[in-house]
Parts: sequence; C-alpha cells; structure tokens
Amino acid sequence: MRYETVIGLEIHAELATKSKIYCSCSTEFGAAPNTHTCPICTGMPGTLPVLNKKVVDYAVMAGLAMNCSITEYGKQDRKNYFYPDLPKSYQTSQFDQPVCQNGYLEIASENGPKKIGITRIHIEEDAGKLIHDDLRGYTLVDYNRCGVPLIEIVTEPDLRSAKEAKCFLETVKSILEYLEISDCKMQEGSLRCDVNISVRPAGQQQLGVRTEMKNINSFSAAVRAIESESERQIDLLEAGKTVIRATRRWDDVKNQSFDMRSKEQAHDYRYFPEPDLVPIVIDRQWVSRIKNSLPELPDSRKKKYLSKYGLSDADAAQLVSSKKISDYFEDTVGNGASPKLAANWLIGEIPKLLRKKGTEEIPFCAEYLAKTIQMTEKGSLSSSAAKAVIEEMFDRPRDPENIAKEKGLLQINDEAAVMAFVEKVIEENPQAVKEIKSGKDKAVGFIVGQVMRYSKGRANPQLINKLLKDILAEK
Amino acid sequence: MRITTEQVRYVAALSKLKLNEKEQQRMIEDMASIIAFADQLNELETGEIKPTAQTLGLFNVFREDESAPSYEREVMLANAPEKDDGCYLVPKLIE
Repeated sequence: MRYETVIGLEIHAELATKSKIYCSCSTEFGAAPNTHTCPICTGMPGTLPVLNKKVVDYAVMAGLAMNCSITEYGKQDRKNYFYPDLPKSYQTSQFDQPVCQNGYLEIASENGPKKIGITRIHIEEDAGKLIHDDLRGYTLVDYNRCGVPLIEIVTEPDLRSAKEAKCFLETVKSILEYLEISDCKMQEGSLRCDVNISVRPAGQQQLGVRTEMKNINSFSAAVRAIESESERQIDLLEAGKTVIRATRRWDDVKNQSFDMRSKEQAHDYRYFPEPDLVPIVIDRQWVSRIKNSLPELPDSRKKKYLSKYGLSDADAAQLVSSKKISDYFEDTVGNGASPKLAANWLIGEIPKLLRKKGTEEIPFCAEYLAKTIQMTEKGSLSSSAAKAVIEEMFDRPRDPENIAKEKGLLQINDEAAVMAFVEKVIEENPQAVKEIKSGKDKAVGFIVGQVMRYSKGRANPQLINKLLKDILAEK
Repeated sequence: MRITTEQVRYVAALSKLKLNEKEQQRMIEDMASIIAFADQLNELETGEIKPTAQTLGLFNVFREDESAPSYEREVMLANAPEKDDGCYLVPKLIE
C-alpha cells in the first residue's frame, strides 16, 4: 500500500535582543554558567517581570514577513511543568491570544510553489541548560539561557515530505536572518525544531496518529528524523499494529528515535493567564510602523535577480539563501560588476574558498571583487588569474590590480607581444601547422596550448586564436 | 460533583504529592466540596461577558531592550542546597 507522510513543525527561534524577555540580564551566548541570572529570571518569590518591548516588535516583524494577522489584544500565560530547567516551575508563554496567527509561507515543492500554513507565532521564554554528569550521577543546571526570548512558529500539517520540511526550514531561517531578529545558529541552539509526524494510506482524508520528535539540531537531522520516523510508522501499520501517540527523542548518532515517556509524565500544562504581566495591545499604527520598516526579504530579492539581472532560478535561489552572500552580491553589483559574473563567483569559487579557509566572512570588500570582475571583463585578467587574485585577497586583502601586477598575472593583450609567442611556436612546430592546413582542428589547440605555456598563461587566448588564424591564412 | 480516585491520583501526580489510601479518601471529599463551591459561579449567566485575564486596567507595560549587569553568581547560588562548578546540582535526570 502507498502511504502519505503528514508533517507539521514547531520552530523555536531565540530572538537577537541584548537583554532577556523579562529582565535586563544579558542574552550573550557562551558566558560562564549562572553569571547572567537575577532574581527575576530565576523566579524568586516577590519579583515582577516586565516585558521587553523589542520582543513584541520582533514577533510582529516575523508575523508580517510570514503573512500573519497581528493580534490587537494579546496576553501571556503560564504553562506549568515541573522540570529543573525551569526554576519557576512554569514557562511564561502565550496560550490563546498569540501575537501572530493565520499566516503562510510559499515554498518550492516538486509540483511547483506550495503554500504552507502558519497556525501561530507566539512569544515565550527559553529554559535553562542541563548538563548531565554521568560519572557522579548528578545533573548540573545553568540558568543563563533562562528567560532568553523566543518566538515559536507553529505550522499547519501541510508538509508532505522530508524535502518539503527542509525547504520550509530554510525559508524560515533566511527570513529570520534578513529581518535580523535571530542569529539562527543551530549549533548554539538559537534555532531549534520539533517535528510532528503521522502517516496515512494515500487518499485517506483522516489524519493518522502522530508522534512528536524533539532534539533535532540541524536541517539534515530533521530530514533523517522524518524519514526514519515515517518508515517506523509505516512498518507498524503494515504489521497490523497501531502508532501510539507519544513524544520521542531523536538520536542523530544512532539514527533512531526513542520513546521519551516515563511513568512520571502526567502531561497537563494547566495554562492560566499570567497575573504579573499586563495585556499587550498592538494598535494598527504600531503594526504599520513596523511594516514600513521591514527590510527587503529573500523572496522579493529573488524576483529582482530574475527579472532585473536575468539570473537563472537556481542561481537566484542560491544567492538569496544566505543574507551575507546576497548582501555582498548587491554590494558587488553596486560597485559596477556585471551581475551574472558576480553571481558566478559568489555561487562557485567564493563559497569554495570560504569552506577551504574555514570562515564565514569574505575578508575583502565588495569593491575589490567588483574590480577583479571588471578586470576580467576588460580582458586584463584571465579567469584563472582572477581565481589566483581572489585567493590572494583571502589571505591578504588589498587592491586586486596591485596583486595582479605584483604576481605578474595581468593578461597580455598587446598584439605584438602575443604575435612574438605565436610566431615562435609556429616556427618550432611545422608538423602541427601542416596538420591544421589539412583540416585537423585538434592541432589548433596544441598551438594555443604552447603559446600559453611560453607566456606562462598570460597571453589572451582570444587574441592567440585570432593571430594564428591570420598567419595561417597568409601562408 | 463526584470526584474519582483516579482524579485524585492524577492531581496528586501533577503536584508531586504522595497520598496514602486514607489521604486519598479524604481528598475525594475535600475536592468535591471545593468544586461545589466554585460551581456556584455556574449559576450566573456569563454568556455576554468577556473573559477577564487582568483587573488592573493597565496594558503595554514595557521595558526597553537594555542589558545591565546580572547578580553575582555566589549571591544567586547562596540558597542552593547543593552546588558545584558554578551550577546548581539536582538529582540526575534520565531521559
């Protein structure tokens, strides 16, 4: 029997605010344990939380970028659960009146563009970090992360494959990056996702029983987790068994998920309105002020690259997927480089060099890249010489023209100089000349190759071809 | 309203309480009378009344996004029954 996989995502993104959601403790990552805490974020009795306004601004930005309606009257609620990562024994979150609702994002699927519904985006606080000490049988608790602001983005069960889920995650990540409201560093846990997944026989309307998978730390782990879990569920159904609704923990090393239920887990969050925090009233002026200040988003950039610069769909998509690269591209084009050539470098060679050098930042300014590209357009740099110049700029950023001069990389475009090389090669290779005359084109390549060798790769190949043709026509 | 033993056990589990047989029986009676007391509210017609989450009349009380030094770690950890390596120690949690 054929089965359909149905997936919904819950994405948590830490917001890039300076201070925590209800107190002025720093949100900086990587500080020594428990050095960013105070009586408020550790839930001491008698303290009063006060909401960070930027958290609301950022949530509204995310909502607008994801086509949500923004609530006019929101409130915050307590979600009660008992676990040592949460010193208050409840997480301040939003229950029935989240900041954003009913949005969607469009992703590219196998059958063309597809709308994925977004149920809601709400604000809440992050929990602390637990470090398990197996040796001594203890758990150490670090509350630095406690109270770092989060938005949780909840989707409708609209995704149908691991591939679609990955594409959706990438789209969300790039939007958050363009908005500059989250660092989106999965390795630091600033972007995390839980996956809800069920399977049903193809064509069946009713949804199957779902499981929720936690502890997914990368997009590729999400793909593996979805594939493994849908297979597990299909195997159960095929064997005449049933799927049990449960929370499962993904183990990316073992490539397997495990049931997280323990006998103590009586799940009942007993949400109730947070009495210490007052309602959030978002008037329409506030919304339009934010709307007017939104930066250009990846989708609109991509459209511009297609229509204005004539880039291919794949190239445009590749460029906009990283805000850094896309910003750099705009800057390079702004400095006078041809968009197509700039795109080629920024999709091909430069990411390769970034990986090779183990960095995320291009160490030289876009002006230098633009200049290098212009030099290739003018014919003063061959593409292989341009590659060498760019690699040099990674090590010691400076004017590409100076590098080309220093390293003797400037292309020889002087007719007389190239002619001297061509004449010399012809003289030394009478056999090849004969072959060319008898119509063997392969010999042309040989002659050009020899000229390049003598000129140390600097002779302009088009010029060699032209001169060679002229000489042979005369002879 | 009748309260069942299962309900008592469930609420006890959520509250991390261990109740013996006798205490459970007493809880059944207590909870029934508490619920009956709260049930008086159901006698009122509230269909037209908006739910109230706050009675202060305030809204949009915010702070600006500015960070300030946190408390000293030693001060924060002073009340912790057990601590080590600048962390709170709790019994090992098994997932």
